[in-house]
Amino acid sequence: MRRIISVLLENEPGALSRVVGLFSQRNYNIETLTVAPTEDETLSRLTVTTTGSDKVIEQITKQLNKLIEVVKLVDLTEGAHIERELMLIKLKATGSQRAEIKRTVDIFRGQIVDVTSSVYTVQLAGDSEKLDGFIQAVGTSGVLEVVRSGVSGIARGEKVLSL
Amino acid sequence: MELLSGADMLIRSLQDEGIEYIYGYPGGAALHIYDALFRQDKVKHILVRHEQAAVHMADGYARATGKPGTVLVTSGPGATNTITGIATAFMDSIPMVVLCGQVASTLIGEDAFQETDMIGVSRPVVKHNLSVRHPEEIPEVIRKAYYIAATGRPGPVVVDIPKDMTTPNERYEYAYPKKVKLRSYNPAIRGHAGQIKKAVDMLLAARRPVIYAGGGVVLGKASDQLTELVRKLGYPITNTLMGIGCYPASDKQHLGWLGMHGTYEANMAMHHADLILAIGARFDDRVTNATEKFCPGARIIHVDIDPASISKTVEADVPIVGPVDAVLKEMLSLVKESKQKPDADAIAAWWKQIEEWRAFHGMRYETSDDVIKPQEVIEILHRLTNGEAFVTSDVGQHQMFAAQYYKFDKPNRWINSGGLGTMGFGLPAAMGVKLTHPDDEVLCITGEGSIQMNIQELSTCKQYNLPVKIINLNNQALGMVKQWQDMNYESRHSQSYMESLPDFIKLAESYGHKGVRIEKKAELESKLKEVLAMKDELVFVDIYVDRFEHVYPMQVARGSMKDMWLSKTERV
Ligand SMILES: Cc1ncc(C[n+]2csc(CCOP(=O)(O)OP(=O)(O)O)c2C)c(N)n1
Ligand SMILES: [Mg+2]
Repeated sequence: MRRIISVLLENEPGALSRVVGLFSQRNYNIETLTVAPTEDETLSRLTVTTTGSDKVIEQITKQLNKLIEVVKLVDLTEGAHIERELMLIKLKATGSQRAEIKRTVDIFRGQIVDVTSSVYTVQLAGDSEKLDGFIQAVGTSGVLEVVRSGVSGIARGEKVLSL
Repeated sequence: MELLSGADMLIRSLQDEGIEYIYGYPGGAALHIYDALFRQDKVKHILVRHEQAAVHMADGYARATGKPGTVLVTSGPGATNTITGIATAFMDSIPMVVLCGQVASTLIGEDAFQETDMIGVSRPVVKHNLSVRHPEEIPEVIRKAYYIAATGRPGPVVVDIPKDMTTPNERYEYAYPKKVKLRSYNPAIRGHAGQIKKAVDMLLAARRPVIYAGGGVVLGKASDQLTELVRKLGYPITNTLMGIGCYPASDKQHLGWLGMHGTYEANMAMHHADLILAIGARFDDRVTNATEKFCPGARIIHVDIDPASISKTVEADVPIVGPVDAVLKEMLSLVKESKQKPDADAIAAWWKQIEEWRAFHGMRYETSDDVIKPQEVIEILHRLTNGEAFVTSDVGQHQMFAAQYYKFDKPNRWINSGGLGTMGFGLPAAMGVKLTHPDDEVLCITGEGSIQMNIQELSTCKQYNLPVKIINLNNQALGMVKQWQDMNYESRHSQSYMESLPDFIKLAESYGHKGVRIEKKAELESKLKEVLAMKDELVFVDIYVDRFEHVYPMQVARGSMKDMWLSKTERV
């Protein structure tokens, strides 16, 4: 099953490589990985999406917790949560395509953030499925370039991941 | 406050940490540190002949004393030469700190002379690693390194020290921190009371219980607590190769060790158990055989300081995360308080069954009138040393024979590379032990293959007068490899034959030691006695043993615990 694991990590050089090293060393999957500093400058927040059996996921969280620089972590998929991914996508847009793409962007509640006579650059945020859905809707033949941020997530309601 | 250079701070920190010995080898990036070492005499430095040996020495010291070992090497090749030693310590959870020189921080990333990314290279085989980014940090980094290495599930910690952190003429205020602040590292200090209660209830209700103890009991210094609990319950106990000595092998409740080359009775008891209490063990593949066939009728209680060890390969019914000594102590007091007593009839019937298994096989091998059997060498050594020696070993058949036939009644005396299986471990480990146990007998049981992987340390032994006894069970082959080839590759002995062996006697003599060769069975015991009488000499004992011997029992690959070869022809 797909899981979103959110980690508070000491904001120190080398900490990220330990996390990434752990995944490859123990043969765990990484589907997406995002990392950035938090409001507390001593901490980074890392979100990793991975797949595996319950047993593998249990090992992943335990092994992550064993890393000295991992301060706290939560498997967001264990409860209600919000996940978001940002996509920037460049689409071929000429003639009648332009109106068609504009309509699709509106339906997906994206924004056209850059325009040339033949290209639209679209910004879209949502869960990963929505982004996949958009690419499908516009058709891969018109896609010139895609960049996705990887998943960020947060629990719904009162629950917070903090010290 | 005192003003010290980074190098002096490093050495002072080691003194304040109570470090007696460091094992190492100098080089450019470590020279400031070596100079600081020269100007004091509290911390003693042992100069090895290869950095790998320095790590195994620190490892042997740590296993025998329970205290973290310390290594000091230079950058680049000095540092990379330690990797096998570090990986060995990592697999067996041995506490140690490896101090590595590094090129100056201003040169890092420029492919400078003898630059290696030691933090990156060591990452997968350390508990943690740290780099020094400012000389002032040195005391704190050192304190942290030892704290992390020695607490929780122990392990090796690497400290990378760029040369400009130890510059002699830059001085800083020195104070050694009493405590370390690590918000993200808090090893458990006791087990969950509810879980322990549940475990004890299950233990007392069991009909076919087995206690399965591992190296964690030795590392956690919990042998006394374990022994008391096991005696109180009257249940059978087996332990892993790493757990040897955690419970007296001469006691009748002890079934010997389990797993691939474990005893018939230990493996049979495990397979038929209805309850397994695993303590400080990790259900390693050399123990469980095929996990899907592992102990089908057993419920499992698993006690370990490392939560990641629990339910990693075999699912635990009752997981208990905590230090083994504290958990065992709580279990014992609950057992004593409990009104419930073990079911005497069921336990008696279980013991009857176990005694039958014991009688069926026990540990046996065929003796011969003229050829020396490796097993009998170990049995004689056991007798001649009253079972009290520290025994280190290398890796191969000789290791298994030593573990099977030397019966250890005390922990910390059986010292081998269990998890990584590192040939070359035995001699330097023995040196580390002998250095701090000069009055104890220290035997290194080895093979002619393994001993040649760190043979250069005979020179170190001379320099520091380390009279260990090297027992070379010379079968003129990479015996364990050959055994697998006999069993799985129709005896095609691909590259498992050792040609052009040196004359080990002359070799030992050229290093200034004694050498004794034993070829005839008739002279085996008398010559071994002579060897052991040479208290102040390192003696290299080259014993020509049966070249065709195999280690048995041996679990059948991909079978269950109970599927074993008992000899070349008997399979159960
Ligand atoms: C460094 C290293 N290389 C290779 C091996 C694989 N290996 C395991 S046992 C063995 C043979 C050891 O031969 P020897 O030391 O003579 O012991 P014997 O089995 O003959 O008693 C080998 C090559 C290993 N364990 N370690
Ligand atoms: Mg051999």
